[in-house]
Amino acid sequence: MVAPTKYYIAEPADQLWVEPLDAITLIYQRRSGITHMVVEPVPEILTAMGVDAVTAAALVAKLSDQFDLGTDEDAEAVVTARLEELAELGLVHRTQCDA
Amino acid sequence: MIGDAMVLVAALRDPATTRALDAHGWTALIAMARAEQLIGTLAHRLSAEPVPTQVSEILDDARSNAEHQKRSALWEADCATRALADYDGKVVLLKGTAYVAAGLRAGEGRHIGDLDILVAREDLPVVEAFLLEKGGWEWVKEDAYDDAYYRDHMHELPPLIHKDRDRMIDVHHTILPLTAGPRPDAWGLLGASVKPSPLQGGGLGEGESTASVGQLDSPPSQPSPQKRGGLYILSPTDMAIHCAAHLIADGDLAGGLRNLWDMHCLLTEFSTTDSDYFATLQQRATHHQLWPAVHRAARLAHELYGTDIPKEWQGWYRQDKWFIRRLTARDGWGRPTRKFTRLIFYVRSHWLRMPPAMLARHLFTKWRKAKDKI
Amino acid sequence: MHEFRVQVGPAAFRIGSRWRQPVEQLAALYADYPKPEIPDFTVRLDAPSLLRRFLRKSVAINGDFMLPDAVPLPFGQALLAAEMGMNLQMALGWRRHLLLHASAVEREGRALIMTGASGSGKSTLSALLGQRGWRFMGDEFVLLDLDSGAATPFPRMISLKNEAIAAMQVAAPAARFGPLMTATPKGDIMHMVPPVAAITRMAESAQPALLLFPSFGHLPAVREVAPGENFMRMTQASTNYVALGEAGFRAMTRFVKSVPARAIDYQTGDEAIALVERLWERLV
Repeated sequence: MVAPTKYYIAEPADQLWVEPLDAITLIYQRRSGITHMVVEPVPEILTAMGVDAVTAAALVAKLSDQFDLGTDEDAEAVVTARLEELAELGLVHRTQCDA
Repeated sequence: MIGDAMVLVAALRDPATTRALDAHGWTALIAMARAEQLIGTLAHRLSAEPVPTQVSEILDDARSNAEHQKRSALWEADCATRALADYDGKVVLLKGTAYVAAGLRAGEGRHIGDLDILVAREDLPVVEAFLLEKGGWEWVKEDAYDDAYYRDHMHELPPLIHKDRDRMIDVHHTILPLTAGPRPDAWGLLGASVKPSPLQGGGLGEGESTASVGQLDSPPSQPSPQKRGGLYILSPTDMAIHCAAHLIADGDLAGGLRNLWDMHCLLTEFSTTDSDYFATLQQRATHHQLWPAVHRAARLAHELYGTDIPKEWQGWYRQDKWFIRRLTARDGWGRPTRKFTRLIFYVRSHWLRMPPAMLARHLFTKWRKAKDKI
Repeated sequence: MHEFRVQVGPAAFRIGSRWRQPVEQLAALYADYPKPEIPDFTVRLDAPSLLRRFLRKSVAINGDFMLPDAVPLPFGQALLAAEMGMNLQMALGWRRHLLLHASAVEREGRALIMTGASGSGKSTLSALLGQRGWRFMGDEFVLLDLDSGAATPFPRMISLKNEAIAAMQVAAPAARFGPLMTATPKGDIMHMVPPVAAITRMAESAQPALLLFPSFGHLPAVREVAPGENFMRMTQASTNYVALGEAGFRAMTRFVKSVPARAIDYQTGDEAIALVERLWERLV
């Protein structure tokens, strides 16, 4: 029995205010009032997610156009870890299937 | 010379009474409202009243503060939902967070502190584990005596605080300490709990729940503590009962005017949409062994805030006047007054919580610990 | 209750005291300040709990906003208690501006802002610059307008500590000073009344033009501070950034993106002032 594929969907763009500074990017999250200070590759992940639900694997495919992410397995593990962190913060939501 | 908090009571009950205030009167009113944590509520009540410029700036600040607290409270609830996503029992919001989640009048302008939730007693260990391991909460440092005291005798887990957000969560399993006299039906509270207004965007919605309020309180035919996802709130009668329990049957009336204002708002809003509300409330309160508390709270709300309650419920009862004295014991500098009356209620609060032998033992232990600290 | 009232910049305070002496001291120091009709905040200097009352005469700081476990101060430091009480109300209760934990001085409509931990010298530097042709705006809080980003003056009594006390008495012989308070949690403290211009022009704001992070006790040096680091340090030092939500975010990002920032090290007041003048000329 295969575990269901995890999908993630980003917080809607109008709920997040993104301000790139130099080494860090600020993300103000309107629902919580929390200001997150994040570094690469978080802003890139959020941009690549767009408005639809995605899997970590699909995201890796999109990002590898812009970045060198190493082997497929490594990249997927790294991206999944970041997505899970973002889900804990509420910047990204876990969802069951394609929106 | 402003002697007590009746000027604050009057301002909340009838905002037009503030038109007679001079600079001194406004100064006293604002200090009192802040001391009673009612400045947000007052600001909300006065939003349509003409007030002096300096006062309107203060009230604007209070209103925006209340908005901020509401957002923080709903976010805490959201975080708790995520941490408890794999817990299959009901998680019921209590007090201020519940009021704003449901868009109730009691939530307008309200000061909200910690997150309070209610779960089934037998599930405390699993809920505790989820919050600690998945959610990022940790124990507020207590010693072993306090910890055991909480777990064995109180109606909640020892306090938990979130590592990063620095906010507390109180996990209750019933609405009164186990050692208090009345024994509310905790299982019934969970069973009758309901969803607040429709969820939006994964979090709790901005909630105009007035349409659904009337339908919420049909006695459950098959009450079940099993949930169907998301957070719950107490049913309208249980909500008023909890409010009264907290005010009358637990504690020394600290924050009493605010607590009573909640009661006023709940009774008014629910009875407006449900003509049987008071009858059902009395029945339900009796079931929870809390009718005397609910009755007293309703009488006090009627006396101070002018709440519309049934004729049969009105009238002066012995000791009501002591409650009024205690509730309004605040001066124009925001200082607590009426030390003797306060002391009486302080002693009473210990009596309420535990039988005499246990009280003696408890106070002895606390005295010994305090002595060791000096 | 003995009562004292004062308007400082946009904020109005009422202080109630069980004892007359602190109120008289405050009235003397703040003699030239306007007195408000309706205060924004109430501070109370109370006798502490029954137990403490018998240990020694001390002053509890109460008011609209209080810290739950605050230790009372000895009676001789009641004036300090009043100042701390006012700071506490601002820190916990002010919402009309973004609060920066910083000092500020003004020249030609532009503000120099200095921020840092206790002991960095921001208070003393602002007092010194106030004696050298700059207009003193405040030594504890800088208030940033949420829409325009302008710095609004908040010129309270300047709080001088330890060595700075003697230094300022030399630098400003004509200034008025409060009583010397010894053995406070921060050592010796003495208050200095800001220059007349600071008081009469307390409603005039200034656009922030330079941000400095001074550090006392090192060889003179200058280092650029990038906006990212700036943002992190400023939000940590702001007591109301979080409570202001979106408006706070907008105001702080505008600030760090538009105002050049430098960290400066110095060993004497003159060194610091020389660095300040040089940087001002180059960057503003």
